[in-house]
Amino acid sequence: MDATYRILVSLVPDVAGWPAWAVAVLCAALPALACFTFMSLGPIGYVYAERKISAFMQDRLGPMRVGPYGVLQTIADTVKLLFKEAIFPRGVDRRLFVAAPLLVSVGAFLPLVVIPWGGRLQPADLNVGVFYVIAVSSISTVGLIMAGWASNNKYALFGAMRSAAQIVSYEIPALMIILVPVLIVGSLSLQDLTLAQAGGLHHWFLFRYFPLMPVAFLVFFTAGLAETNRAPFDIPEAESELVAGFHTEYSGFFFSLFFLAEYTEMFVLSAVASVLFLGGYLAPIPALQQLGPVPLGWFWLLFKAWALVFVMMWLRWTLPRSRVDQLMHIAWKVLLPISLGLVAVVGGLVLWPATRGGFPWDRWVGWPITLAVAGFLLVTMLRALHWDARRERELARGARGAVAVSRVSR
Amino acid sequence: MDAPAIHGALAAAFGDRITGADLAAVSPFAIVEPLAIAEVAAFCKADPALAFDNLMCLSGVDYPKETPPRMEVVYHLFSYRHRHTFALKVQLPRESPAVPSVEGVWAVANWHEREAWDLFGIAFTGHSDLRRILLPDDWEGHPLRKDWQDPEYYNGMHVKPTQQMQERALGGEPIGVGPFDFTPANRSQEEP
Amino acid sequence: MSSTAPWISDWDGDGLDTDEMVVNMGPQHPATHGVLRLELRTDGEVVRAARPHIGYLHRCFEKHAENVDYPGVLPYADRMDYVAAMGNTLGFALTVEKLLGIEPSPYVQTLRVLMAELQRIASHAVAVGTYTMDIGAFTPFLHLLRDREKILDLFEWTCGARLLYNYNWVGGVSHDLPDGFLRATRDMLSEFDSVTFPELLDLIIHNRIFVKRIAGVGVCPRELAIAYDLSGPNLRGSGLAYDLRKDEPYSGYQGYEFEVCVGTGQYGPVGSCFDRNWVRVAEMRESSKIVHQALDRLEKMEKADVHEKVPKRVKPPKGEVYCRSEAPRGQLGYYLVSDGNVNPYRLKVKSPCFTAMSVFHNLAKGMMIADVIALIGSLDIVLGEIDR
Repeated sequence: MDATYRILVSLVPDVAGWPAWAVAVLCAALPALACFTFMSLGPIGYVYAERKISAFMQDRLGPMRVGPYGVLQTIADTVKLLFKEAIFPRGVDRRLFVAAPLLVSVGAFLPLVVIPWGGRLQPADLNVGVFYVIAVSSISTVGLIMAGWASNNKYALFGAMRSAAQIVSYEIPALMIILVPVLIVGSLSLQDLTLAQAGGLHHWFLFRYFPLMPVAFLVFFTAGLAETNRAPFDIPEAESELVAGFHTEYSGFFFSLFFLAEYTEMFVLSAVASVLFLGGYLAPIPALQQLGPVPLGWFWLLFKAWALVFVMMWLRWTLPRSRVDQLMHIAWKVLLPISLGLVAVVGGLVLWPATRGGFPWDRWVGWPITLAVAGFLLVTMLRALHWDARRERELARGARGAVAVSRVSR
Repeated sequence: MDAPAIHGALAAAFGDRITGADLAAVSPFAIVEPLAIAEVAAFCKADPALAFDNLMCLSGVDYPKETPPRMEVVYHLFSYRHRHTFALKVQLPRESPAVPSVEGVWAVANWHEREAWDLFGIAFTGHSDLRRILLPDDWEGHPLRKDWQDPEYYNGMHVKPTQQMQERALGGEPIGVGPFDFTPANRSQEEP
Repeated sequence: MSSTAPWISDWDGDGLDTDEMVVNMGPQHPATHGVLRLELRTDGEVVRAARPHIGYLHRCFEKHAENVDYPGVLPYADRMDYVAAMGNTLGFALTVEKLLGIEPSPYVQTLRVLMAELQRIASHAVAVGTYTMDIGAFTPFLHLLRDREKILDLFEWTCGARLLYNYNWVGGVSHDLPDGFLRATRDMLSEFDSVTFPELLDLIIHNRIFVKRIAGVGVCPRELAIAYDLSGPNLRGSGLAYDLRKDEPYSGYQGYEFEVCVGTGQYGPVGSCFDRNWVRVAEMRESSKIVHQALDRLEKMEKADVHEKVPKRVKPPKGEVYCRSEAPRGQLGYYLVSDGNVNPYRLKVKSPCFTAMSVFHNLAKGMMIADVIALIGSLDIVLGEIDR
């Protein structure tokens, strides 16, 4: 914000004389608006990229007609959606129906404010950055439920309920994993998290404490996939089961808001994952951080975030969909114990260093506690999995035995 | 087992309730008295030598011109154990035909019998859920009977559009408006 | 419930509303493979009772068959199971030939086998592809359809039609093979065998998410399958190795070497949705083998007139016959009653999907709604055949 003030004063010296609150509002709003503008252009590219990537994976061409190689396809789709009639089916709760996509979009765009694009290139460097990201991205959940409820449609309600359960369940492993870099750095600010990875590729959190951090990254990425309702966790918008899930009844502009929000959330997740594990705006080799006088931080962050977005699209078109209860199983019985175990172990590694002299706390107290906690979690997870397998076997046996038909002659 | 042996086993078990047979046909069959069909079916399935555990097809056929005019229900049976086939026939009067259901013997008969009821009007007594299956629930009549006449209207829609529309058009009634004006008198000057 | 919404069945006949929700899937729905209406009474996500409603695609095939002559029935027969049309006309042609007592030449029989097996590959490609799409993986569907397009191109080259061919006539077939057909088919199959099929296995069939979705779901025990007259891949998925091409061969199938694919419960109980799907996947490979053998035979045979035994006027003697053949969806049975005229007197079709659908209400109890989709797809129904 102060950088904005300085730039503004140098351009328009009169600004220094304005009342303080006006200056504050201006310096806060301008970067946010700039960020919002650039980020809302993003989905245009993402939708086109998704269609082209999915087409090439499916041995076909994708959009080819609208513009050279179909590049104008998304613009045409957006224009079409804006011109479509926004249908309000009979019985919908109008206020909730309209408010839902707005809430979802707000929840998708708000986290962008704290993403650092460079040393000072950040709309707001909150010292509770990561916490803020998690908090505001939960606003979308409320919007989803509102969409399902207000649609006056059983299928939409199904989708909304599934979605709410899924998002809430997967937030917990995500939070736990976010704790891991925070423990290493000791700060919630995204800028501090990025700077702690300075010095080159080997300092990135992904490559430290091998193999714990890669596992943490995978868990975070999986949990994030589930939060953005992307395959293999796209049960809420399971096309072949519920037509379109919670946004079945939306058309026109409101539908485009949901669409926009989904792709923006994907980008937000990728950007946060890049900041947490892949070094944020730092280049893999420090020499590449600047191209002459031009800082390349924004390029590196975009590159990493877009690479992760590509991986998300890749996964969507490769993997089938998990069923709702299997989703829950993965969240609660697999990801949660792993993430808790990681917090315990990495926390132990960070907070229990060997003392120079005196009692070796790490060897006799720290490590046993850490390993006991991790072991307990592992045992719990294995017992849960074993219980699951036994239950499935029993259900299958029950399905066979419940049929009362005469024995077939052999 | 071949067809004469199967027929022999059935005749031995049921005597004169097996009223006829044609064992030289391409698909040999035996004719069973209608009221006995459920028992015969159960016997066919349970008897270890016959072991007809599969009902391949259940068809209704309408013979109005035969003497006597009748409707038949034909059961084609197959045994997975012995790999032999046989057919049973039941002959029913054409007015309110009724025959016991074999749903309890072969579960697939449920839907086959619903279809026979739907298209022929053969009532299967003891069926758990005898209602129409292929035709709409409010359809009247049983179309596969040989004396079926198409109705004029169904729920306000013409059933035979060609003839009716022709009559209306020749009677001068306009068909369509504006660019879709297909009234024969107005169309003669249009392009070929 | 029944008084205010008459299209929703009154399940217990007492006119009272209960806490369970009645969810209607269809008639228009992306995953019901046609116009099928499934009325599900659910308790949350779990289905308590299911009631399928069919008849939306009833086109009075059996009534039409009584009003046209025998060759005229063939185009109607194509349109029953429109995804696997070769099998329908083959079944009808075999039925009439049985009643007439004629047998086509070995050349025609080899052509029929060739076309039927190519059709089987195409039909199973659609079945497996749409099934994986229902489960959520969109890509295998497009890969399989790419190869199906090549098969349809071959059909179009031979007889002019891509989907509804009117190819198998009574006593022969409609067109002989064009020049270059054998080469083109071998090329197509070599790509299928070496690329598409292994990719299908790697990409989706053994994928853990896919397996977990369908391996414990919709288990149909063997007794239930026989009681409800499941046939074809549905029956073989429940563990019973019965294939009409092996056990009651027709059209020269006894001379071909292929295996009968059976569900073995590799990931769960035998008779699950995975097993039925697996039988279809494996059958694609077996059909490819049969096609290779048929191509080898055709290369050695000299070309014969395919219309040689086609009667000028098809007038079977008075009598009746029930003849069944192994269509891609199961045993297709034709019951033909002839009274000596040029029109059939009565033609009843036992379609395999009809009986497969009849077991649905039994298997759907206790599953979740997502599993209902998996079950419908694994039964591989085509509404054109159910409703005729």
